[in-house]
Amino acid sequence: MLKEETVRELEQAARKLRVEILKMLNTASSGHTGGSLSAIDAMTALYFHKMRHDPSNPSWEDRDRFVLSKGHAAPALYACLAEAGYFPRDDLKTLRRLGSHLQGHPDMNKTPGVEVCTGSLGQGLSQAVGIAMASRLAGRSSRVYSLLGDGEVQEGQIWEAAMAAAHYGLSNLCVILDHNGLQIDGKVEEVMNVGPLGPKFLAFNWHVVEVDGHDMQAICKAYDHAEEVTDQPTLIIARTVKGKGVPFFEHKANYHGTPPSDDELNRALEHLGHA
Amino acid sequence: MSEMIATRDSYGKTLAELGKENDKIVVLDADLSGSTKTALFGKEFPERFFNAGIAECNMVSMAAGLAAGGMIPFASTFAVFAAGRAFEQIRQSLAYPKMNVKVVATHGGITVGEDGGSHQSVEDLAIMRSLPNMTVLCPADGPETAAAIRAVAAFDGPVYVRLGRGKVPVVFDNGCDFVIGRGATLRGGSDMTFITTGLMTAQALEAAAILEAEDISARVIHLGSIKPLDVDLVLQAARETGAIVTAEEHSVIGGLGGAVCEVLSEGFPVPVERVGLRDVFGQSGKADELLAHYGLTPAHLVEAAERVLKRK
Ligand SMILES: Cc1ncc(C[n+]2csc(CCOP(=O)(O)OP(=O)(O)O)c2C)c(N)n1
Ligand SMILES: [Mg+2]
Repeated sequence: MLKEETVRELEQAARKLRVEILKMLNTASSGHTGGSLSAIDAMTALYFHKMRHDPSNPSWEDRDRFVLSKGHAAPALYACLAEAGYFPRDDLKTLRRLGSHLQGHPDMNKTPGVEVCTGSLGQGLSQAVGIAMASRLAGRSSRVYSLLGDGEVQEGQIWEAAMAAAHYGLSNLCVILDHNGLQIDGKVEEVMNVGPLGPKFLAFNWHVVEVDGHDMQAICKAYDHAEEVTDQPTLIIARTVKGKGVPFFEHKANYHGTPPSDDELNRALEHLGHA
Repeated sequence: MSEMIATRDSYGKTLAELGKENDKIVVLDADLSGSTKTALFGKEFPERFFNAGIAECNMVSMAAGLAAGGMIPFASTFAVFAAGRAFEQIRQSLAYPKMNVKVVATHGGITVGEDGGSHQSVEDLAIMRSLPNMTVLCPADGPETAAAIRAVAAFDGPVYVRLGRGKVPVVFDNGCDFVIGRGATLRGGSDMTFITTGLMTAQALEAAAILEAEDISARVIHLGSIKPLDVDLVLQAARETGAIVTAEEHSVIGGLGGAVCEVLSEGFPVPVERVGLRDVFGQSGKADELLAHYGLTPAHLVEAAERVLKRK
């Protein structure tokens, strides 16, 4: 159990990061709002509580690694990395601009702290599996975390990676599924039903837990619990809300790839207590 | 300034019209139907529209199955995911068996813009062109897209059509009679020839006007059909003008520039300058900034024409 105070601090951090996400998307006038907001709580818990990492030494060998498989949530990743100190917060204003190190989708060769290049859905998990295999080979105790979208898991490659992770018994791999129920063309269930996801991953021989993806206490507990699992990779199904934290973006498929307008930004900041 | 239309908008509209005319036409998409504009068809003919979800490889081979079952499938997603991710499905399920499937990819090239290099296909024309049995098209504007999509629906065999994201100027303002394998001379000229495809054709027309002021007579040939290529038109331009500049929103390797050089080196070698991405990936930025950054503007075409004329 986390102390109440720690939970408060993480919640406060996540609120601040939501503000950063909305601001950078508004400044860029393009990018993915809904899926950044649904993922930010799970990512806040990783970057500011769970993961061992050193922003002053991004290539520290024994660091835990995070792979944003749903690369379009790059604003959430950049907000975490800036807040942690990988690069100046002011850089967030250059998101998606020509020459910026903050590309539309994460680029390991441009942004300090980004582990691999993602953006084409379905490929990040396989890369995370590879990183977990390398860690084990090198005898490192570091853990690998990866965040997937619930539309993303329609890609066949996800299931190839799931097969491999279980086959190799990668207990150092912990995957979070951002289960917000939406993709671009509508509800995941209606576009192409890939559920039930828990039983599918169980059948692929994964350890599966389900949590409220906006409950810090529950998220952190799931991360801790995953460390105790031996011989199996863990999937945390995080029940989330697309657009979480901004009432007029919540549960809306059309805010997938739409940035907040000036007016929407102001109203959102007011709601988040940052006006 | 001519009218601006996005080629993907023309595609969506034409597809919905074709749906009325031919009930064998079926459409597949991979969770991008709002962006590729196949949603227009989906709305009118929900029973003939299949969203594959984010599963491009399955989409392409399902389309092959639909074709084997007598349908005329159009399958759409972004160019990187169509030509790239589903490449081997296109090779084995479509090209090898000459399956009657039309892969219409939108968001080709760097004018995808802010999404960045991961989403900007600069290699699709090259990889699609390398496949036996494939027809590869890259229309210049809205009217040509509409005509090309109609030609493709009537044609029996696998086709890859590359379309763009942003609005582009209309160059075929008197309509377009699209014939697969045939190019179009959009401007006469005798000193050199621009051979272009996609949105670079409008840029070449602007460049030719600039060159005219410098007393240089530039011909402009648009090749909306990359494969089959209009070999006769290309060789005639080489013979008559003696210098060629190719331009495409694509790598200079293997696409239009590559195809033209193959034809010329065997048929009638003349100096060539290839304008395109010089073996690099794109990056985030606004579409017009990226065109300028990677050297794809009328000014760059003028410079390329001046360079090639010095080599004549
Ligand atoms: C291979 C691939 N196909 C298509 C896309 C375009 N795309 C970007 S985000 C997205 C929807 C993702 O839905 P989901 O995984 O549920 O993400 P979230 O709801 O968390 O934003 C699609 C289809 C892509 N990036 N990669
Ligand atoms: Mg989702």
